[in-house]
Amino acid sequence: MWVALSYACWAISVVLALWMLYDWFKVDTTYSEDVLTSSREGELEAASEKHRI
Amino acid sequence: MTAVESTTQGERVSLLRVLGPAHVWALGVGIVLVGEFTGWNFSADKGGALAALIVCWVVGLLYTSVAMIDSEVTSTVAAAGGQYAQAKHIVGPLMAFNVALFLVFAYTMLEVSDAILLGDTIVAKAGVEGLTHNPFIAATIVTLAWLNYRGVLMTLNVNFVITAIAYVSIVILFFSVSPWTQGAVLKLNELVTPGNALPYGWIGVIAAFQFGIWYYLGIEGTTQAAEEVRSPARSLPYGTMAGMITLLIAAAMTWYVCASLMPWEYLGITYYPLWDAGKLTGSPLLENLLFVATLLAALASANGCINDAARAWFSLGRDRYLPSWFSAVHPKYRTPYRSILFLLPIALAFAFIADLNQAITFSILSGVLQYTFMSINIMMFRKKWPLGTIRRGYTHPFHPIPAIVLFCLCVVTFFAIFLGYGSQLIAMVAFYFLISLWFHFYRYRYVRRGDQFTMPWPKPQGY
Repeated sequence: MWVALSYACWAISVVLALWMLYDWFKVDTTYSEDVLTSSREGELEAASEKHRI
Repeated sequence: MTAVESTTQGERVSLLRVLGPAHVWALGVGIVLVGEFTGWNFSADKGGALAALIVCWVVGLLYTSVAMIDSEVTSTVAAAGGQYAQAKHIVGPLMAFNVALFLVFAYTMLEVSDAILLGDTIVAKAGVEGLTHNPFIAATIVTLAWLNYRGVLMTLNVNFVITAIAYVSIVILFFSVSPWTQGAVLKLNELVTPGNALPYGWIGVIAAFQFGIWYYLGIEGTTQAAEEVRSPARSLPYGTMAGMITLLIAAAMTWYVCASLMPWEYLGITYYPLWDAGKLTGSPLLENLLFVATLLAALASANGCINDAARAWFSLGRDRYLPSWFSAVHPKYRTPYRSILFLLPIALAFAFIADLNQAITFSILSGVLQYTFMSINIMMFRKKWPLGTIRRGYTHPFHPIPAIVLFCLCVVTFFAIFLGYGSQLIAMVAFYFLISLWFHFYRYRYVRRGDQFTMPWPKPQGY
């Protein structure tokens, strides 16, 4: 049983790794680099939490 | 409107604010709790069972200081990257770069240690000739990376459940051995005597600090969720302090049960103190429960570590301290997917080639370097922006006593690490020195200097 489980672990690892690589390729070819890297630190704090004392 | 639709209309793609205090607790306690299942007990090998208890409380003081200081600064600097963002705003870019590397190393090496522990535990349970830990390590790291890739809410919901099960298993073990009665199951009086309580004297207690760190290592990881919690000023202090209280109780129960069931000579060398404690009770149910709990604690810790290391790496990319390519956010899942994928093969490589002791030592070293920074950071924070000049979600009491206590305990811990792993300590400090030179003389030219400071604060006092 344990040996079978070890083979199942290899299989799960390969399948999930391939899925992530496929999704990475799909996202990077669908969206522009400007959109993907558009996150900015502190945006929400500045916009919605109005820093007041 | 969905995340994908919003991007098409020109809005920015950022991390999602979907987490609450329970997720913060799950992140912090999830990373740490594995230390009760293995790691802390090596302090008994350094100084005996009583030394393991002394460091449990003294290192608990160190981490309580960490939690209080972190809660104050993070409830004010609520950004992904946690201590990195704090260092950037309070100390400066070079310190921030180093702190981010401390974070990435500490969490990645801890993730590696967790995966090795999980693989070794399964192999030990199976007892099958020729079975290696490699497939279990690979499945752990890749599956958890996939979970992190798919979204932070599910990742930390899973962490909450498995951490809670692992924690409850310690409570069940504690009450199953009649802790109020000595002699029935527990034999603390016989196992810890005045003659063997501190076999190496007080220098053994100092040496035990190195592994006493494992009782609480990683609780500061809660701050990495700062950009994804709905109300950082409330959730972060609440989740972090609740996590610290939870861990103090778990550490005390763990020491009491294990020291009452095993002689210190064995306790100090076993890799599975709680699983062994379950076996020693003679109950197959407890034995299996503690086996499963060991696996779940390792999973929860690795899961939280992937989350935190990826956010620290992502933050470095966002400020161009590293190529901005790393700062990409997945438009659908809203996770730092490139950082998660970049760190995945690094963790796998270390897990396949490194041994558990080396990985743990590198993690602890990076962690203690980070805590030393935090003691200096809070002093500068209070000096530059005294109380009343900016809004704080939480204000820690008795300043500057926690900062001084934290600094002193870090010095003791460095000495303890030097006693056991002096060459690794020197190599690591040399590495950070060289990488700092690279950052100062080469990389910093690519940083947009004005853009990196994002907090809408008044000018610091004295500037």
